[in-house]
Amino acid sequence: MEHYISILTKAIFIENILLAYFLGMCSFLAISKKVDTSIGLGFAVIFVLTITAPANWLIHNYLLKDGALVWLNPEYGINGAKTINLSFLNSIIFIAVIAAMVQLVEMTLDRFAPKLYISLGIFLPLIAVNCAILGGSMFLVEREYTFVESTVYGFGSGVGFFLAIASMAAIRHRIRYSNVPLQLRGVGITMLLTGLVSMAFMAFSGIDL
Amino acid sequence: MSVLDKKSKEALTDPLMKNNPISLQVLGICSALAVTVQLNTAVVMTLAVVSVLSISNTVISILRKMIPGKVRIIVQLSVIASLVILTDQILQAYMYDISKQLSVFVALIITNCIVMGRAEAFAMQNTPGKSFLDGLGNGLGYGGILISVAFFRELLGSGTIYGISVIPDSFYAAGYQNMGLMVLSPGAFIILGLIVWGQRLVSGIEEE
Repeated sequence: MEHYISILTKAIFIENILLAYFLGMCSFLAISKKVDTSIGLGFAVIFVLTITAPANWLIHNYLLKDGALVWLNPEYGINGAKTINLSFLNSIIFIAVIAAMVQLVEMTLDRFAPKLYISLGIFLPLIAVNCAILGGSMFLVEREYTFVESTVYGFGSGVGFFLAIASMAAIRHRIRYSNVPLQLRGVGITMLLTGLVSMAFMAFSGIDL
Repeated sequence: MSVLDKKSKEALTDPLMKNNPISLQVLGICSALAVTVQLNTAVVMTLAVVSVLSISNTVISILRKMIPGKVRIIVQLSVIASLVILTDQILQAYMYDISKQLSVFVALIITNCIVMGRAEAFAMQNTPGKSFLDGLGNGLGYGGILISVAFFRELLGSGTIYGISVIPDSFYAAGYQNMGLMVLSPGAFIILGLIVWGQRLVSGIEEE
């Protein structure tokens, strides 16, 4: 249990997917102008990451990994005669899974939770091209997480993204009343602020669980 | 290359400064900053993006009359993903060490908004020749920012340029220290923010 809590806190604070790995910057910069829309996007990201991380784990471990097709025929195993390694297909399959999952989540929400569906609105389909989602899946392959670990990691990364974008939106809301140099307005000041928020999150990096 | 007509020349040179993809269109910052701790990873990443972007623009432009409007996004995505996989495999075969350092960020070029953005905004309407130049220009504009961020981060953070140390030992003896912050992620955000500021001061473009 402690192990999972450690993965969770690491994903949320210490190795925040946005502030430490720069993933999901495009939507972060575009959406963080308003607080309520950023909260909507944040929830959508948590939702989709928690679902796609274990789904891509299954795909990677039972279809694409070196010798993963051993359940079809022992010869396809890692030491078998006809070993098959499809891991070069990882990225293209992952992106297809993410797009399909987003579609599926959209339809399920529309059917069973229409209120949530309406409040997430346009953000759900846009998430398919958010690098944070693909990045999360690629990281869990690289770090060789187990099934439960990758679910926890997916959820944690989503929460990390949510915290970063929600706090940024609040800061940008305040900055509207400040006198920022003309050319620095927009992207420039947002990058500088993100740097400061990122520095604040680095304070957690000393914590070892 | 023969003399370019005015429009092709614009397609190539505009994104370098006047309409830079990172600082003005604000596309594709994802997957870019993480590779800017050192110059050599930034240079390799630039090469990867330039080649993927110019080839994908050309291919999509050749196919543009055959792609049905409704499924164009998925066609573009599959062209881009195949090219990225190809690049990744080439890097793994010939530059294994750097490919290990770039880790997942080469694969993440797939979701880089620049590639999709240029395919959708330019290659779908223009001839293959022009689209190639547009891809090249945007890739170089993107790479220019990437390499300048990496230059400052490596110089201030580790006191080296391309792995060669440039700060004389006498500086260190006099109490000069490398800025540890530059190696960490906040450094990238701050340097990029300042570069965007400087670039907008020069080009005179304002937002809001």
